Order: sequence, then C-alpha cells, then structure tokens
Amino acid sequence: MGFKTLQATVLASATSAAALFGGAANAVEIEYWQYFFDARVAAMEQLIEGFEAANPDITVKMTHFPYADYRTKVAAAVPAGEGPDVVQLFYGWLNDYKEAALIQPLPADVFPADEIDANFFPMVAAMREGDNYWALPTAVRSLALFYNNTLLEEAGVEPPTTLDEMVAAARAMTKVDGAGNITQVGITQGMTAQDHHWFREVLVRQFGGEPYVDDYRTINYNSEAGQAALDFYVGMSEGDEPISSIGFMDEPQAAFKAGRAGMHIDGSFRIGSLNNTRGLDWGVTELPATADGVQSNYSSYWVNAITTKAEGEKFDAAVKFMQYITSDEAMQVWLDVVGELPAKPSVGMTEENANNETFGPFIRGLAYANTTKFANESAQRQILVEMVERMTLQGMSSADSIAIAAEAEQALLDEYYSE
Amino acid sequence: MKFYRNLTIRQKQIVWAYAFLALPILFYSVIRFYPTGNAILISFQDWNLLGDRTWTGLDNYVKLFSDPVFWQVFRNTFVYLLIGTPVSLVISFVIAYHLDQVRFMHGFLRMLYFLPFMTSAVAMAWVWRWFYQPVPIGLFNNFLAGFGIPQINFLNSTTNALPSVLAPAVWAGLGFQIIIFMAGLRSIPKSYYEAAKIDGVGWGTVLWEITLPLLKPTIVFIVVFSSIGFLRIFDHVFNMTTNNPGGPLNSTKPLVLMIYESAFNSFDMGYAAAQTVVLFTVLLIVSLVQLRIMRDR
Repeated sequence: MGFKTLQATVLASATSAAALFGGAANAVEIEYWQYFFDARVAAMEQLIEGFEAANPDITVKMTHFPYADYRTKVAAAVPAGEGPDVVQLFYGWLNDYKEAALIQPLPADVFPADEIDANFFPMVAAMREGDNYWALPTAVRSLALFYNNTLLEEAGVEPPTTLDEMVAAARAMTKVDGAGNITQVGITQGMTAQDHHWFREVLVRQFGGEPYVDDYRTINYNSEAGQAALDFYVGMSEGDEPISSIGFMDEPQAAFKAGRAGMHIDGSFRIGSLNNTRGLDWGVTELPATADGVQSNYSSYWVNAITTKAEGEKFDAAVKFMQYITSDEAMQVWLDVVGELPAKPSVGMTEENANNETFGPFIRGLAYANTTKFANESAQRQILVEMVERMTLQGMSSADSIAIAAEAEQALLDEYYSE
Repeated sequence: MKFYRNLTIRQKQIVWAYAFLALPILFYSVIRFYPTGNAILISFQDWNLLGDRTWTGLDNYVKLFSDPVFWQVFRNTFVYLLIGTPVSLVISFVIAYHLDQVRFMHGFLRMLYFLPFMTSAVAMAWVWRWFYQPVPIGLFNNFLAGFGIPQINFLNSTTNALPSVLAPAVWAGLGFQIIIFMAGLRSIPKSYYEAAKIDGVGWGTVLWEITLPLLKPTIVFIVVFSSIGFLRIFDHVFNMTTNNPGGPLNSTKPLVLMIYESAFNSFDMGYAAAQTVVLFTVLLIVSLVQLRIMRDR
C-alpha cells in the first residue's frame, strides 16, 4: 500500500515534470479570468481546447472566482504583474477598469472599429472610443416572457403578445383562497429581479417616455409616461383584483419554477435552470408589445478585454485568443452551452437560431433592445425597488415616489460622472 | 551575548517573557493594528479599489452625516441593541435559572438550548426567512390562514421586519448566554442560600438580594458581549433580506450592512471606511460606558 502510493507519486511527478519541460520549450502561456458559473466555465473550457488545437504554441490557463471576489482580485493582481492577460468583465465596469489602467485597447489593425460596428449588435458600440474598441463580448443577454403551459391551458388562454393580453391572461391564471390570500399569481413581480430593467427600458418607453437622455447621464423618467408606467406596474399587485404579488414565494423565479406563477419575465440565462426543473412545462415568447405595436427590450453583456499586464508575445497571444473567443464559432458554442445569445447578428439572426423555440424570442428581442449605461447597477436597482415600496408599503402617490427616485438616481449619476 | 550573560536570572526571565510576547504583538500589529490605522486613513480618501487613492479630507464624513439613510441605519443599529440585549438577557436568565434547578434530563435540555448557537447563522436565517413568507409557502402564515386569521407581513413591512429579523438572532445567541449564566449561578456559594433558608426569607428576596447581586460580573460580561454582537449584526439581516438588503426601505439595515454595500457594491472604499470609523467609535463608547456603569464599586 505504502510502496504503491510512493510509486504513484514518483511516477506522477515525473510525468508532470516531463510535461512541464517538454511543453515550455516554445509555448506562451496566457491567463484568462472569469467569475464562476458552471455553464460559462464549461463553455470556456471547450473554447480553450479549440483555441489550443488551432494554436499549438499557446496555452491558456483559466482561473475562476466567486462573483463576489472578482473585482478585488483583479484589482490586486494586475498592478502587481500577476493575474490575467485576458479578463472578463461586466460592460458597466469598463470605465472603472479603463481609468485604473487595468486594461488596454484592442489593436485597431486586428479589431477595426468600423468593421465591428457593422458586424456586432449596435449596443456593443459602448465599448468603442475613437478608432479603438476596448473590449468585446462573446455573448449578449436580453429579456423575454416565460409562461407555464399547464397553467395557460387550465385557464384557457394563449401566450400574450400585447400588454392588455398579458394582463387578461394573468387575471385568468390568478388563484385566491377563501380568505382572499393569493395562492397562485398570474405573473411574477419584483423589482429585485429583472423587473427594474423591464420598467426602465421597456415600460417607460412603451408608455411614450424616454427613461434617460444625454447618454444615460440625465434621468428623464420622471414624466407623465414614467408615472403611467409605474401606475401600470404597481397596479398589477394592488387594487381589488391583483394579478400578482410582490415577494410571492420569496423570489419570482422560485414561484415560476414551482408552477405557482403563470408568467415570468426573465433573461436568457434562466433557460438552463428551467430546463432542469422537473415537471415544469414552459414556453417563452417576446416581451408583450403595446396595443399599437411598440416593442422594447433590455440587453446586457459581459465583455472580454486584454489587461495591461499582457506585453510582448503574451500580448500577441492574447490578441489571438480575443479573436478566437469573439469569432462566430465561439458564439455558437456559447449559445449552445451557456444559453447566452451571440453578439453578432450574422450568428444570432441565422434562420435556425432566430426561429429556435427557446432562443428565438430573446434573439428577436435584441433587434429592438436598449442597453442602460449603469454607473452602479445594484444601487440603481435599489432606487427602483424603493420607489415601488414607498407606494405599496407607505401609500405614497406614484408622482411623489417617482420624483424621489429620479432625484436619488440623478444624484448618483452626477457623483459618478463628476469624477 | 555578553550583555545577556551578565543579567540576573530574574532579568533573563523578563527578556524571555518579552520575546514570547513579541510574537502575538507582531501578529496583532500586522493583522489588526495596521489595517485599523489604514482604514482610518482611507476614510479621509477617495478610492474605488481600482484606481489611485486621492485625498479628500473630511468629505466622506460630511457626506455620511448628511445622508438620511445613514441616520436611519444608525437608528436601526441602536434598535437592534436596545431591544436585543435586554430581551436576550431576561430570557436567558429565566431559562438558566430554571434549568439550574431541573435534574431530569438536564444535559439534554441544556444541549437543546445550546444547539442554535452552534448552527450556522446563514442556514438559520434562510429557514426563518421561509417561515416568514406569505401563503402558500410560509409556515407561520399558513398556520394563521388555517384558522382564518389574516396574514401578517413579517418581512415585507417597514414596522414588522426589524423585530422579525431580530427574533432568530436573539434565539441564536441564547445558548451561549444560558451557559454563562448557569456557570455564574453555580459559582454562588451554597451557604448564602442555606443562611437565607434558615432565616426563612422568601423566594423573591433570595433572588433580588443574593442571586442577582452575586451574578453581577456575569451580567456585565453578557451585556457587553451581546451589545457588541447586536451592534455588529449582519448575517441574519443580510441573509433574510438578500434580494433587497436591509429592506424594505432600509428598515432593517444595520451599520455593518451599509458598510458592506458601500465597500463591495458601490466600491466606495473611502465612504465605507468612514462608516467603519463611526462604528468603531460607537462600539468603543458603548463598551466603556457599560463597563463604567456596571463596574463593582
């Protein structure tokens, strides 16, 4: 037993030493960092394998962290000359990383800005500065309306295409017990989930407003349209015949997964976990339009960028890797494995993808999507959460509540952009 | 070396004592005092973790004291303290007092009371969070609905949320306090009670004149210890309100949660450090005041 273990250890070290010296002769190793999410790690492993097969002289080492530690680790590692050569970051963080000199622009000869403008979905243009792009996404996300087939059938309604149909369908699916307590909601509701995006970029626009102006630096939703949108939103769970309940079953996606909610607005990243829910027969459709056909959507994305740590041959290798992970091929892998949508219409809008039963509604939504430029997403979400709470818990009017929210968010933006 | 050789045995002992003491002092300097000093320094600076630190003077403190959320949070923190400490003190004393007199299944009962203290606060907070949900999943509300009683909004209410969050936190701390109280009760010499019995003193007088005065050191310890605990409350609040941390409308947000959010959501390290300095000052003052008031004269 003892001898065998020893033998195995010796053998193992000999093999790894051989691999180390054999491979290191002319290979460049670059590091890639992303946050930990099962499917993303699996997809990246597949991409790295493909990349290394095409570039035998480059090896890519992937490191992943819990989401919460991500920023601190990157910030500590890069200035110390450690850490990633290529790093994944949320689009809203780009400014901070750029100003802290943690990332460098992509070379214009390999990533010509005009070509990228033409090839990628328009929201990606936020990553451009002059003739250079600073970062590029592999995949993008958008919202759609999930529905529970069993509950729709039971209530005898069709998946809605307009807001009015949505309200009617939700009403038909809402169940109340003898005491008037809601036991099944027609549609889930909660600004803490994706609803704050739905409100900002979709409802406000559908009620005739423009949520922000001046490149997302000035709040503009404190308007009649904004108030109407807010009244509509809060009206879903208030009044005599609510079709929803905020905080029902703790979290919106939990209620939908448990089959206690008829409809649920969420992002494409939810597909994977819904697929793993036994006994749930669900479908998905585009976000409901207004009666006169106004549609909108919210999209966001994670980008990859080259850090300032990458120099010389590592930089060249990092550029090659960036090219590979933003290629059409990589986008299809990302869609198949993670369920996130390709960042280029040429991949996303293929006949097959756009008509795909599951991905189709999200991909079609990208065509009319808007991307909020957040200064601090969680703080800005919190402002909308409280806007609704002031109405539901304290009985404030929508006009007063939206004014407070607009003022608070404007203060936050002013502080962010003043620096 | 010659110098050392010329020392007396007593002096050598002192040298060695300091050599051994140097180790923890060095350790503490690196992991405690240096970060503390650094935090105080950062509180006068602007830093987003990524870029350079820039000197901003008292800006962070000015912003803090003019932030209505800070004052709400400050109030919440003291509500946790002012409700949590006396309530847990009284309950744990009553339980310890009676448990001390129970012989039947004494060990088992003591274990039951101590169990919550060993349970992970995160797991406990999530279980209680689900207990508090409205129908159809909340245990408490399902129970009420079963009798036709209207539901109570435990967490989704600006008035009920804080006591609802506090309840499991008090429960979790009871086990420890009971054990300390029982140790205190056991250390009171039996002869006092025997003397009281011979004199025919009533139960209330025994409690008031013998038990409580002699428990004073124990009470001081528990009050200081649990006050610090409630002033630093975080895990229960954060886990019971993760979707809307410290909500609804900041009604459950304690200072530590605000610090966490400023630091790791807004990446405003200077502002977070300023809050930390305020918390440090509050903890210091509260502990000193309690020690002074309850000190043996």
